[in-house]
Order: sequence, then C-alpha cells, then structure tokens
Amino acid sequence: MAIFSKEESKKILEKVIAFSKADACEVNLNGTNGGNIRYARNSVSTAGENSDVTLIVQSNFGKKSGVATINEFDDASLEKVVRRSEELAKLAPENPEFMEPLPQQTYGESKTYFESTAKITPEYRAQAAANSINPAIAKDVTAAGFLEDNYSFASMMNTKGLFAYNQSTGVNFTVTMRSNDGTGSGWVTRSFNDVSKLDTAEASRIAIDKALQSRQAKAIEPGKYTVILEPAASAELIRNMMFNMNARQADEGRSFLAKKGGGTKMGEKIMDERVTIYTDPFNLDVPASPWSGDGQARKKMDIIKNGTVANMFYDRYWASNKNVAPVPFPGNAIMEGGNASLEDLIKDTKKGILVTRFWYIRAVDPQTQLYTGLTRDATFFVENGKVKHPIKNFRFNESPVIMLNNVETLGKQVRVDVDGGPGGGASFLIPYMKLRDFTFTSLSDAV
Amino acid sequence: MKRRDFLYLTGMGTTAAMLSAIPGMGRPIAPERALETVDVALKKQMADVALNAARAKGATYTDVRIGRYLNQFVITREDKVQNIVNTESYGLGVRVVAQGSWGFAATDKLDKDSIAKAAELAVAIAKENSRLLTEPVQLAPQKGYGEVSWKAPIEKNAFEVPIKEKVDLLLGVNAEAMKGGADYINSFLFMVNEQKYFASTDGSYIDQDIHRIWPTFFITKIDAATGKFETRNALSAPMGMGYEYLYARPQDKIQGVTTLYKGRYDMLEDARAGAKQAGEKIKAKSVEPGKYDLILDPSHLWLTIHESTGHPTELDRVLGYEANFAGTSFLTLDKWESKKFNYGSKLVNIVADKTQVGSLGAVGYDDEGVKCGQWDVIKDGTLVSYQAIRDQAHILGLPASQGCCYADNWSSVQFQRMANISLQAGKEKKSIDDLIKGVQKGIYIIGDGSFSIDQQRYNFQFGGQLYYEIKDGKIAGPLKDVAYQSNTQEFWNSCVGIADQSDYRLGGSFFDGKGQPQQVSAVSHGSSTTRFNGVNVINTSRKIG
Repeated sequence: MAIFSKEESKKILEKVIAFSKADACEVNLNGTNGGNIRYARNSVSTAGENSDVTLIVQSNFGKKSGVATINEFDDASLEKVVRRSEELAKLAPENPEFMEPLPQQTYGESKTYFESTAKITPEYRAQAAANSINPAIAKDVTAAGFLEDNYSFASMMNTKGLFAYNQSTGVNFTVTMRSNDGTGSGWVTRSFNDVSKLDTAEASRIAIDKALQSRQAKAIEPGKYTVILEPAASAELIRNMMFNMNARQADEGRSFLAKKGGGTKMGEKIMDERVTIYTDPFNLDVPASPWSGDGQARKKMDIIKNGTVANMFYDRYWASNKNVAPVPFPGNAIMEGGNASLEDLIKDTKKGILVTRFWYIRAVDPQTQLYTGLTRDATFFVENGKVKHPIKNFRFNESPVIMLNNVETLGKQVRVDVDGGPGGGASFLIPYMKLRDFTFTSLSDAV
Repeated sequence: MKRRDFLYLTGMGTTAAMLSAIPGMGRPIAPERALETVDVALKKQMADVALNAARAKGATYTDVRIGRYLNQFVITREDKVQNIVNTESYGLGVRVVAQGSWGFAATDKLDKDSIAKAAELAVAIAKENSRLLTEPVQLAPQKGYGEVSWKAPIEKNAFEVPIKEKVDLLLGVNAEAMKGGADYINSFLFMVNEQKYFASTDGSYIDQDIHRIWPTFFITKIDAATGKFETRNALSAPMGMGYEYLYARPQDKIQGVTTLYKGRYDMLEDARAGAKQAGEKIKAKSVEPGKYDLILDPSHLWLTIHESTGHPTELDRVLGYEANFAGTSFLTLDKWESKKFNYGSKLVNIVADKTQVGSLGAVGYDDEGVKCGQWDVIKDGTLVSYQAIRDQAHILGLPASQGCCYADNWSSVQFQRMANISLQAGKEKKSIDDLIKGVQKGIYIIGDGSFSIDQQRYNFQFGGQLYYEIKDGKIAGPLKDVAYQSNTQEFWNSCVGIADQSDYRLGGSFFDGKGQPQQVSAVSHGSSTTRFNGVNVINTSRKIG
C-alpha cells in the first residue's frame, strides 16, 4: 500500500528534516496506487495495477543544491538519503536562479479525494469494460477502450517550517467505437475524481451512436466554417495556449503575450469579451491540489477576464527578478459558458460543422499560437438547425487566440481531462462553443 | 511522451523530481552509480525464480525481463547550468500466457519472494482476462538461444565522460550562439543506457547493453523593433551511439547551404550556424502558397518516413489494437494480400532493420527473445510486409516473429513497437546538387519542425527548420512560414529522385509515444536527400493583433 496518512507522512518527513545538516532542506513524499484495463477488438488486451512511493530530498548549501531519492523508510535509510543529497549539493555548481525554500503557507481544503475511487477493484474494471464491450457487440460495432484510475497522496516539508499534504483520486475513461463496415467511428471521454459518477455503459452508448451516425461520410470543401466544438475538441487548444502564458517568456519577447517594442500584453484585451478563464482548486467539478509542486498556495484566480489577460504565471525566481508576487501554475482551468445545450447550438446554426474531437494537435508557430491537427471520430455537417450528414475529417490550422476572438455562442460546461487524466494532466471545465471562421485547410480520408 | 511534451517540461524549468516522474526515467542517483553493473549469474537466478513460479501456477509460456535503465540529463541555458540529473530504474517484469490469455506483473523488490509473487500475480491476471477472451494467444515458435549477450558497438561510454566535459561543451555551445547573435539558447545532452536481461520458457537467457545519446539545442532570435522572433533547433540526430558522436571528423560533414552531419556531429559549429540562421529567418521572404517540388534533407525526411510509413505498417494498428489512442491504419490486410498495393513510386524501397549500426532501435534480440534482422516493407513502391511480433506472425503466415517487441521499462508490458524504418538510397550516382539542379520551382527543407498526421496516416502536414527557395535549378534564398500538406500515397508516388548512398544519414526520435498506458520508444529512420514533385505548400503566418 503506497498511501501514507497525513500523520504518517508528517512523522517520516520530520525524521528526515531532523537529519539535515544543510543550510536548508526540502523533502517530498509521494505515493500512488493505480490500476487500468485496456481493451480492443471487443476483448481485454491488458490489465494491471501498480503501486509506488518515493521520498525526494533536496538539500542546499547557499545556491548549490542536490537531490536524492529513496523508497525505504527505516531510520538508517532516511539518514542515508539526506547525506547523499548533501554530498551532491556540495559537488553541484552554483545555480544563480536558486530560490530558498518557502516558509509555512496557508492552504485551503480541496475535495480531490473520494473513497469510492480509492476502492476500485480489478473486478470493477473488468465489469466497466464488459459494460462497454457488450452493447458494442449488440450493435455490430467494435470497441477499443481504456480505463485508468489512481489513488495518490503528496506531501512536503522543509526546514523553514512548511508542511503540505493532499490526497487525491481520479478515474479516466475513453472509448472508441468503430462500425464493422469500417466507415464510422465514435469516441467519448469521461473523467471524475469520484468514480460513482462514471457510467461506462452510458458513455459507450454515445460513442456507439456516433459510430453508426458517422458512417458513409461525404466530402465537403475545406475553408473557413462556423464550427460547434464539443468541449473535448477545444480543451487541448486552450490548454496549449495556457501553457504558453509563462511570464518570463513574455518578458523575454518570445511569447504570443510579448508586445512589439518590448513589454507584455498583461491587461490587454486579446479575445472576445465573453471569454473568461479562471483557475479554482476548490471547484467541486474539477478539484485540484491546493498547493503547487513548489509548495505555493493555489487560489481562485482569473487568467483571462472578459477577453483581457488577467494573469501570467511567474515562477518564484522570475517573480523576484521582476519584483512581483509569484503566480503558481494552476492545477485546473474553468472557462465560463452559458446555458445553451449542444442541441440549442445546433438549432441556432444555419450552416456549420459539429466536431467531436481534434487529434494530433501540434504547434506550428509560437508567435501566433498557430496549431494544426485534425477532426476525428464523428464530424457532421449542420444546416438550418439540423445535423444533415456525416462529413469526412478535416485538417485545421488555427490559433486558440483567433478562435476565441470569433465566439458566437458559449454553451454548457463539461469536464475534460487533458493528457490522460489521473496523475497525468489537468482538469478543465470547458463550454460547448460555436465559433465563426474556423480554418480547415485540407481533407482527410481517415475514419 | 512525444518530444514536445519533453520540451514543455524542460521549458518550464525541469527539476529532478519532474524528470523522475516521467515513466521509465527512474529515480535520481549519483553519477558514479551508473558505472556499476549487475552480475549476469544473479540475473539468471532471479529470472529462474519467476519462470518456475509462473509454471507452477499453470502458465503455458513465461518471459521475464530484468531491466536497469540509466539516464543522464545535462540542461543549460545561456551561461547557466540549469540541471544535471542521473536517474536509475531497476526491476523485473513477468509476462505469461495462462488459459490462452496474456497476464503481466512487475516488481522493484528483487528478493525471491517478491519475484515469485509477481509471477503468480501475472498468472492470476491472465486467468481473469481469459474470461473476456475471444481467441487464445497464438505464439510463433521461437527457439531458445541459451545464455547469450549483445552489446551496442560504442566507442566511448557517455556515462564515463566526466560531467565537467559535458557542461563545458554545452556552455561553449551557448557562448558561440550568443556571440553569433542569439538572444537565448537552451542546450541539452541526454544519455541513455538500457541494461536488459531477458529469459523465457523457450530456453533463452539474453543479456544486452544498449546506449543512446542526443545532443540538442534551441536558439531564439528576437527582432525588438518588430516584436518578431524565430527559432532554430539543432540539426543533430539522436543516435544509438556513445559519446564518440560528439567527436566530429571532416569526413562526417556535408557542405552546402549549411553544414550537414553524417555519423558524427559538431555541436559548436552547428550552434554558430544556427544563431546566424535564426536571424536570417526573421528577414526571410514569406512563402507564396502553391505547388512546389520539394528537396527534403534526411534531417527532415526522417520524421515524414516515421509518421507516414513507420506507423501505418505496424500490424497492431492495422488490426485495431491502437484504435482508441494512436489510431488504426489505411494499410489494411486486403491491401497487403493483393500483393500489388501501390504505396509509392518505383523508387520507393522501405526497409525495416533492427540491426542497423548506430540506429536508436538496434538490438541483438527484441523484448520477447527474438533475434533481430531486416526485411522489406515497401519494395519498388509496393506494400510487401508489416511489422509484427510473436502473437501476430501467424496472421501474415510468417514462420517467426519479425522481432518488433519492446517495453520502455521493466514495469511496462512489452508490445509491438516500430523497428528502424528507412528509405533506401538511390541506386544511381546522384548528389544533393544534382537533385536541386533539375528543379524549376521548389523548396529545399532541412531539419524537422511541426508534424501532424491523421489517425489512419493519410493526411499530413510537416514544417522544418530551414527553408530555401529553389528557382531554375539554383538556391535563391531563405524562406519562412512554410509547411507542406499531402496524402501519404500521393506523396510517396510523387518521389522522383533519391541521392545515392554517399548521402545516406539517420534521423530519429527518443520519444515515440504509443499504447495505453502510454510508453515511449526510440527509433531511427535513414534516407538520402530525396525529391518529391508538386507538393502542396501552405503559408503559416497569421496575425493575432
């Protein structure tokens, strides 16, 4: 069992700190129990569980620091890892950007842990897969899916008096259903901290329907179209843009937030005023750890407010260099939406394209945040308020900054975890969006 | 993990803890520990514990992998060392067939009891999975090799080179770039040593020692007046070599619009050129979109080969095992069965080779104990084979596996991964200049950049590092904002010229991602400079206000 309670963690961390002879010492203790099941061709291909716990010790002498790790917790091992990190620190070159550990911080309580998820069993996973495979067989489609869950804890302590502890759970499910004639494909994703909200049969039914409805897609000409993006389609583009909101890069002039002639676009309006993106670790739909990896307290904070750049992310070194408060990288992001359902957005569309998801998104130009990628797993032509017919997939070349300047309607929000869910990425609440002039540059024959 | 993810991590200021969180990277260790080895006799004892325990529980086949994965990263920017990290991951994975189904378990506790428990767990998982089985695992026969070993033919173990020499090199590279007008430079050295031991109930006990190295940098040049910036990444290739890769000799250089590297790499020289070229890119002419004849350098073409040839010929994708993640393939079995599927022009010969010296994927034996070799995938433009492993060989009627099985760590289950897939050099004597001479309206592309392809590997878009306009058979000057789009089959059918073997070079990736949970693998792709006629080029410049 790789999960230590708050009290157990504190006891180990205090012991480690007591061994330190360095100018300062910071210790992280992290553990995870994880499990997964993967299926394809309507049959389970792999399934497994893993468990790991690691103690990471960083010691520093002045601006020289060293890191050592261990996964044994007797007193001799704990002292050994501290001495090893101190030896490495003495050998290391000085890092002019080294920052002293933080003093004690105050953290809020975030609801990231659910017992339901912590207690997932191999039998649960097998049944979840069966609930997805059986309806697929019944509808003459082929299922390929993946369910991954984890239960983890993270804690840290340093010689300046900081102590932080958090437990979290998560489950991520994706499934692709392909029609057996090879002409249709549907996909769905679900992520939750609380597995009791996951219904793989319900999710699989949506993917099955999409697979059947997307058969025999017609080709239409590439060009600029009004698009209705499901949240899973836009989440990665918005995530990519946020990853590039690093203040140092903007100050250095190598970011889309750098201004001609110097300075940054902080406080400038860069997209439609209906666009507001903020982070809030205490949001109940997308809870995140209340502290970042370096121990900074996370709090609710605007990132884009009414289309204006409200915050960029400052690491502690760059913040001190610029004499501003550090801004930790967020653990989640929430884009405000509206009340419109997907059906409402379709109803109000004269001519447009409904996109389930995008695939293989890659940066083309960092200066303009231009990305390329393709639609995948069910793309439809919408005309006069109705889904008319499936269409072949498109390649797009588009910037999320341009895209969020072309907002027509924002709908209801849905949780999407980017980068694989549990332990891997971040959780986003993203609205359905209707956007004008989205740039598709070529057609793809891929189903 | 794809390379962009790695760049993100390093770009955000990598810490040792972040690196150790990447699967397969392991835990930080002291540098000298990388020179210690594990006794082969001890590994055999551990393997036998697992083989016997699995057999006792009813496994009909078992293989055991004992892996020690060592990595070293040296990371700098301008005049600063940002991080030096040595990591190690050491443990054992057991894979079994029981009741016709696969099972897998792994442990980092290498005592007798923990190893036996892992083997028993693997059998239990196989039996659980067998409930949802549609057809039992059918393994291609594989003879046991007894106790054998294989070592990468390196000249200088990178882990033996003092850290100071590596730091001095990178800081020297950074100084040259800054002196040459760069505003920023990040430079990196990544070194990998996989010490892998494989044993199976077929009677093989295989000990292998694999080395890889990747020196690279990213230069940024800013024009303060216009607010424009451009980057130029290193023209190095990650290689299956030791530190000798960084000791360039005159015969390793190909002179042209910029110096290109064959076999060995001069990082200082490339940084000097890179700084100058990043500045030139800012002032370069923005490309006029349209149809162009493309001359693609191997430092660029490797990635197009990887995406449009390597992935669609993976048999697991063809069969649908990657349908929920990496995707399927347009190269369906009926196309192979027809024996006449036209993949490319007659000049296109693509060979898979797991033994290519200096390549990232070179090993003596794959991760299910199959001795590696080479085979044709595309012959004279026609699809003739795929890349298969033991439980797929029967589908192609092969008497044995093609040896494409790999796991990125002892704790990951091995599955079908890409072999080194390369375009064969032209048979007629032809240089880069000969290729350029015949082009009226074209673009010469060097280095890899943006890349994206659909889930069945038809439609793709690629960018590069350096673009030069070709007019009437001559280089006319630098271009920018270039990306080309095509369909795989159309693109390879537009191949009209390939330089000869004297120009043949390897490119490759350290981090090719696939599978759920995702695993990475390292793979090389060779080619000579190649010409493609009438490819659609788009202009990628945009305005965001």
